[in-house]
Amino acid sequence: MFESLQDGLSSAFKSLRGQGKLSESNMRDGLKLVERSLLEADVSFEVARHFMRNVTEKAIGEKVLKSLNPQQQVVGIVYEELKELMGPVDHSLHLKNKKDVTVLMMCGLQGAGKTTTCGKLGKLLKDGQRNPMLVAADLQRPAAIDQLHVLGEQLGIPVYSDRQEKDPVKVCNDAVKAAKKQGADVVILDTAGRLHIDDELMKQLERIDKQCHPEQIYLTVDAMTGQDAVNSAKAFNEALEIDGVIITKLDGDARGGAALSVKHVTGVPIKFMGTGEKLDALEQFHPERMAQRILGQGDILSLFETA
Amino acid sequence: MGLFDRIRQGLKKTSQVLNTDVRDLFKSEGRLIDEDFLDDLRAILFKTDMGYDPTEELVAEVAKNMRGRVVHMTDVIDVLKTKLKELMAQDESPITYAASGPTVIMVCGVNGAGKTTSIAKLACMFKGQGKSVVLGAGDTFRAAAVEQLGIWADRLGVECVKGPEGSHPATVAYQAVEYALNNNIEVCIVDTAGRLQTQKNLMSELTKIRDSIRKQIPEAPHEALLVLDATTGQNGISQANNFAEAAGCTGIVLAKLDGTAKGGVVVAIRQQIGLPVKYIGFGEQHEDLVLFNPDKFVDEMFDEELGG
Ligand SMILES: Nc1nc2c(ncn2[C@@H]2O[C@H](COP(=O)(O)OP(=O)(O)OP(=O)(O)O)[C@@H](O)[C@H]2O)c(=O)[nH]1
Ligand SMILES: Nc1nc2c(ncn2[C@@H]2O[C@H](COP(=O)(O)OP(=O)(O)OP(=O)(O)O)[C@@H](O)[C@H]2O)c(=O)[nH]1
Ligand SMILES: [Mg+2]
Ligand SMILES: [Mg+2]
Repeated sequence: MFESLQDGLSSAFKSLRGQGKLSESNMRDGLKLVERSLLEADVSFEVARHFMRNVTEKAIGEKVLKSLNPQQQVVGIVYEELKELMGPVDHSLHLKNKKDVTVLMMCGLQGAGKTTTCGKLGKLLKDGQRNPMLVAADLQRPAAIDQLHVLGEQLGIPVYSDRQEKDPVKVCNDAVKAAKKQGADVVILDTAGRLHIDDELMKQLERIDKQCHPEQIYLTVDAMTGQDAVNSAKAFNEALEIDGVIITKLDGDARGGAALSVKHVTGVPIKFMGTGEKLDALEQFHPERMAQRILGQGDILSLFETA
Repeated sequence: MGLFDRIRQGLKKTSQVLNTDVRDLFKSEGRLIDEDFLDDLRAILFKTDMGYDPTEELVAEVAKNMRGRVVHMTDVIDVLKTKLKELMAQDESPITYAASGPTVIMVCGVNGAGKTTSIAKLACMFKGQGKSVVLGAGDTFRAAAVEQLGIWADRLGVECVKGPEGSHPATVAYQAVEYALNNNIEVCIVDTAGRLQTQKNLMSELTKIRDSIRKQIPEAPHEALLVLDATTGQNGISQANNFAEAAGCTGIVLAKLDGTAKGGVVVAIRQQIGLPVKYIGFGEQHEDLVLFNPDKFVDEMFDEELGG
């Protein structure tokens, strides 16, 4: 494995200097390195292939700029393309007027960070002068209801739960009604983690969707996810037509290529990034930062510093 | 459903990917092993998360043996299976028990990997073997983590040592070991909070927990297990590296293999770090755990009855 994409590219592109144009043949080695770097960042194999075809097309025929090394120029094209694909940004939660109740719904695989993210969104809303309510619709994981109550207490946000009820669909329904009575204007549904191949549980999400009409449904995706990210994102999107993605656990050293894969297969905006376990560790999604990260942090910055 | 059937059920999707996808490459009677074929094969293998180098190694193996020939699917699968078994090779690695006194097992891993659930599964396994078990609620950080472990303990009918709120995890670990010693409990399993391997302070906290366990039993923990989520990609290697260093990990529990993920990152970890995979988890229930055997695992991945 090479230390940095930039180093690898420097040697791959050595022969390019002095040639007038970037062409498929003179870029081949460099582009192979870019592809490998994407794969090592956990971008899905097909998405990486697709991406590289586009980049190659864009790069072919571009004049080798005097001001840049050819490798810098190619990385620049790659970076711009990545950035573009990761956008456009849309940080809005699409809240209705305060007189109405806006329903937000969280879904995703087990352990992705749904419950924590519900808390984080609750904090964001409360700080924005809204009256959120968290809903404990995970009746499956041991102590999931307690977990949400602890978060609610920490934040001073009401939590709706019903420990007798066995049907999460009913809990969600009742919670929306309760919200209207209690004067909450945003309801955040914390659903149980599930596998996208679990038909029964996926149908349950569809029922919640049909009955509670969430304004926005967010898929929570763990930044460490590998090649399987495309499969689960596709399945959740097919079942629910998700409105946005939240990438969690970006405070670690995962390169987060899953973000690109998920964006590619769902086409919905990536809204936020989770950057810690604390409830204020939620940031708006920035395509340029994600693009840098996927390419290997520092590479792009150093490119622009030397250019 | 018998145990074997449940594992097969759990791994159904795993095998589908390799088996059905490889099968799809063969239109009718056989196929010419050319660059197109090798490229398709590369895509299928890469999707298991085994990483760049192992994928290339497998593709090269097929190319070396078969390029330019028309072969049958089973021939290719045989080559892949043999090579995969070689890459993953390890002996079955069950828990190493203490020669006398309680066996202490410390469990660690990144956030949400499946630590607490895996502890419940291990406790269930030990109980099934007639051993007495105590759990230590060493995750004093995450909301309701203590309650979660407590619920499992109640369900399984085992003891759970919980510190007062705000306790240091090392203290809880100490108390759990103490409880095991005082009550002649055979296995003590200590839960820890999830942490990312880049968090230096939290990683050194693991070392402290380990040291605190050692105060009463110098050779403990007898096992330090890293729980790895099977959906994890290449970050798994960094996890294995860093947790092995901070907690002295003795092996891996690979959780969540019941999804469509292949857990291929284990191939990379076996190659680069050498930690054995001890158990695999394939569901959210306490009985969803089995001892890992690479040969059987690879066979299951390609099991014809499953994939088709
Ligand atoms: N480091 C880090 N940890 C996170 C982040 N988001 C969530 N976590 C942690 O990840 C673990 C799982 O988070 P949960 O919110 O319980 O995940 P979940 O999706 O609700 O899990 P299930 O309900 O079991 O499916 C917890 O330990 C959280 O503290 C993040 O952005 N960074
Ligand atoms: N499908 C499936 N889900 C699992 C498996 N193991 C654990 N889970 C689920 O994954 C989620 C997280 O599991 P936990 O055991 O709480 O994970 P953890 O590592 O203790 O999490 P933190 O303590 O928050 O870091 C829960 O919803 C579990 O039910 C498994 O083998 N298969
Ligand atoms: Mg949850
Ligand atoms: Mg836990």
